[in-house]
Amino acid sequence: MDADRAARSRAVEALAGLPCEPGVPKPDPILIADNVVRRFGGLTAVDVKHVEVQRGSITALIGPNGAGKTTFFNLLTGFDAPDEGSWTFNGRSLSGVAAHKVARAGMVRTFQLTKALSKLKVIDNMRLGATGQRGETFWRALLPGTWKQQEAEVTARAEDLLTRFKLIAKKDDFAGSLSGGQRKLLEMARALMVQPEMVMLDEPMAGVNPALTQSLLGHVKQLREDGMTVLFVEHDMDMVHDISDWIIVMGQGGVIAEGTPDKVMADPRVIDAYLGAHHDGAVKTVGGEEVDAGDLEESGGVTLIGAVDELSQDDVPSPPVSGDDDFRKEPA
Amino acid sequence: MLTAFLACLMLSFGLGATSAWAEGEALQGTLTNNGAPVAGVKIKASTQDGAPAGEDTSDEQGKWSIPVTGPGTYKVELDIASLPAGVGVTNNRPTLTPTVAEGQARNVLFPLGSAGGTTGDGQPGTKDSGGPSSFDRFADLLYSGIHFSLIIALAALGISLIFGTTGLTNFAHGEMVTLGGLLTFLFNVTIGMPLVLAGVISVVIGAALGYFQDRAFWGWLRKRRTNLVTTMIISIGLSLLVRYVYLYFFGGESRNYADYNAQAGVQYGPFLIAPKNLICDVIALVALAGVSFALVGTRLGKATRAVADNPALAAASGINVDRIIRLVWTIGGALAALSGVILGTFQGVGFGMGFQILLLIFAAVTLGGFGTAWGALLGSLVIGLFIQISTLWIPTELKSVGALAVLIVILLFRPQGILGRRARIG
Amino acid sequence: MNWSSIFSVSLEAIIGSTTIAYALAAIGLNVHFGYTGLLNFGQSAFLGVGAYGIAITVATFSQSLWLGVAIGLAAAVILALLLGIPTLRLRADYLAIVTIAAAEIIRLFYRATDLRKWTGASDGLQSFSQDFYDLNPFAGSKGIDLGLITFTDRELWILVVGWTLVLLSCLVVYLLMSSPWGRVLKAIREDEDAVRSLGKNVFSYKMQSLVLGGVIGALGGFVFALDRAAVQPDTYGTEFTFFAYTIVILGGAARVFGPVVGSMIFWVLLVFIDSTLSEASNNKVFPEWFMTTSQAGSVRYILVGLGLILLLIYRPQGIFGDKREVMLDGR
Repeated sequence: MDADRAARSRAVEALAGLPCEPGVPKPDPILIADNVVRRFGGLTAVDVKHVEVQRGSITALIGPNGAGKTTFFNLLTGFDAPDEGSWTFNGRSLSGVAAHKVARAGMVRTFQLTKALSKLKVIDNMRLGATGQRGETFWRALLPGTWKQQEAEVTARAEDLLTRFKLIAKKDDFAGSLSGGQRKLLEMARALMVQPEMVMLDEPMAGVNPALTQSLLGHVKQLREDGMTVLFVEHDMDMVHDISDWIIVMGQGGVIAEGTPDKVMADPRVIDAYLGAHHDGAVKTVGGEEVDAGDLEESGGVTLIGAVDELSQDDVPSPPVSGDDDFRKEPA
Repeated sequence: MLTAFLACLMLSFGLGATSAWAEGEALQGTLTNNGAPVAGVKIKASTQDGAPAGEDTSDEQGKWSIPVTGPGTYKVELDIASLPAGVGVTNNRPTLTPTVAEGQARNVLFPLGSAGGTTGDGQPGTKDSGGPSSFDRFADLLYSGIHFSLIIALAALGISLIFGTTGLTNFAHGEMVTLGGLLTFLFNVTIGMPLVLAGVISVVIGAALGYFQDRAFWGWLRKRRTNLVTTMIISIGLSLLVRYVYLYFFGGESRNYADYNAQAGVQYGPFLIAPKNLICDVIALVALAGVSFALVGTRLGKATRAVADNPALAAASGINVDRIIRLVWTIGGALAALSGVILGTFQGVGFGMGFQILLLIFAAVTLGGFGTAWGALLGSLVIGLFIQISTLWIPTELKSVGALAVLIVILLFRPQGILGRRARIG
Repeated sequence: MNWSSIFSVSLEAIIGSTTIAYALAAIGLNVHFGYTGLLNFGQSAFLGVGAYGIAITVATFSQSLWLGVAIGLAAAVILALLLGIPTLRLRADYLAIVTIAAAEIIRLFYRATDLRKWTGASDGLQSFSQDFYDLNPFAGSKGIDLGLITFTDRELWILVVGWTLVLLSCLVVYLLMSSPWGRVLKAIREDEDAVRSLGKNVFSYKMQSLVLGGVIGALGGFVFALDRAAVQPDTYGTEFTFFAYTIVILGGAARVFGPVVGSMIFWVLLVFIDSTLSEASNNKVFPEWFMTTSQAGSVRYILVGLGLILLLIYRPQGIFGDKREVMLDGR
């Protein structure tokens, strides 16, 4: 815990004197984004003028649903292509770079809807994360001698991480058999196998059993202690306040406020834009999971845009209809 | 005005069935010039190695037929000298080498028209240019392209709606098309009803079958949470199963309805069109426009699009998703059957007729953008026209190749299809 | 009913050359579909380019068999690249449609009368297998005669070569799939975005998988063509691919020997049913209204279709598969 406190105070100190304004320059930024714009048809999902993320800090990205957080994440990590804009990571331009190269550059992400590889064993999920594996090239794969030793090293590292994340007992189980929270842990542990400099966590707490929350929080803090930078999207304000050194607030695609947790929480703009909207129940849920633009897109194949909106505009949304015969309730 | 159009009509569309059977091998054909039969033309057939296989002279209806001893490739030669003065083979290919499959009565087509300069005879030249006027040929292809695209569109709209609401790429959709043709044949030829009535009943049965197959089968699979890839391969199994059940009962040959069989073309402006085809076009257009506007305009249509958009959200806002999907299957079944009925009047009825156009339907749907109704229509138009008009430059037998190649090229540059949106926000 | 003939052809199908060709097709397909999750519906095209690679090189251009083999393999690689480049970045079902379309395009080209002087159009090509049978070490011997099962010296040679290819392919698949390379493929099958987020070039792996499976398929095409000493375009139609899918699922997807076992079971059953029905209809066991000889021919397709449906619904993991490991589950 001492180490954690030290890491935290380092980060807090570095950010202490900064003005709480959108786009404020940081003393030692690891990620700098400029004029990143992403439009979906006529809708501008992301329009970030300038934002920097301090190295070695835990930075939270918050905002009401539809604010463009996940889309921004997708852009930064190469999972989506922006219409305009550029960003650098560690001084290297990553705009337009493919997702797998972003990961190799040291910026690794997790997903809002956990992507545990269910039909692979937990240990294989972990091994997959290691980069630079000789056995991952076609011809060498045919000659076990060329990669067996490296595989043993990778396995040892994977087991260490699994021990730290308390998953070692499950290492030979299929990942599909893990609980939701364990999958989140596995995904985070797997991301660490890449040995990243920066970890991007998309709602690490979503769907996690409260009993596991503290342990997950501890792991996030441990990342900072290990010298990594963390940027995460989260809705749970208590958690955000508890662990982040800096908060970036997004609204309608842009950055509307930035600052230390205490200042941001007190900022009337934030209360208006985020907390107000959030607590009015503006969050649409689908199958129990909150849905952001990026995920709807991934869910694929749906093109008849706006039909749901049209419907909800001309009807008062009615509760699910009970009788099978009643096709759809007429508006009252 | 030339008869290349008729030739195009009669050339079989789509992709040859991979394995087809039939009975009683023969070579046959009908010679027409400008819609009028040409009698007294000698046709000679010989085997590949030159042994004579038979000959015939076209009769008053322009028909000729040469029974052959077995499947194989034959050389069929039209004796140009026996053609009436001023008439020639418009593509300058009086000798063809068709292959007769097992049991097939193979249609061999010699497109006839005003003889071109190649014969060199002094002739009463109604046309001064040699061979077919390229404008007339273009007009013919243009019309048959539109006609064919309407047939594809009927099936494509159904596939697209089913995909949109359930995510299933239904490989058994071609068999629903075939069903329309086979049922119409059953009612029209076997039972003896008038063709129009037979067609109407077939479409009704097609709709009912669409409904019941979702109720009994696809809906059940959805309830079991069978994943989409599995379901798609199941649809392939179903397609194989049903197609060969058709073959079992219907046999391998291509047969025609009893009515409106050899209807002569009527001149409409530059187009020479058999009225039956024009009537089919109108019916198809009404059906397509009806469904498309219903999707946009009615509550039910909006609910359908809502389900396509996001089933979970639609369910949460009070739409009975299963009911909508069942409705979509019903409409899909009816449209597919209608497509089969029309395809049957156009090129005859066979057990593989739907499967043969399935890939073209997929191509149309993919081109237009999966899950979009207008996209399916537009894609069909592109495919239908492309297939026909490309025969101006490429051999007719490769016309489907062109269409499928276009599909692949378009996917390279615009994977979301012509009308599909690349990305969206909810 | 000649039961001994029925049993002998059925038994021969356990190791027969058709079983080999389909096993190779299915091993390749298993790499695509079972391990990587690629929906390749054009596997027949890979066998086709293999078979025609030999046939055109030898029969049309009078070159050596070995050049034909090289050309067949190269053609399979090129085909995989051509199919993969436009589609491997897109949704899975695009690959399905494009591959099935490409297979049909290729078949239509083989059939095209304008290309008759190279491909023999719908007659196909013959007399290209002499070089192969000249190498036959069993030539002139009596072959194998086990009473019910007999193989001529010619058949014996193709069986030896064929099974060698099958075992080699299985070995390669085994080595690859137990390596980190195979782990990446399996991970892609599960969720390619996750793999991408871990720094793997998913497109490149999918392409390697497509090429590998295609090349193994082309080997199946060699066996098919050399065994029959002829190629014919319609052999390589969509039904071929659907049969191969049935075999993969029957034997258990993502299992090294699944496709081999699947092919054996598939062909024994199919040959048994086929020959029983054809014997029965030849001997007028069934009344004419029930089943004629030509109707008996369509029964096999009906059964395969039905079998595929039932397998996928009730045993998606195949006969020997472990349900937890297969992508085709009922979840």
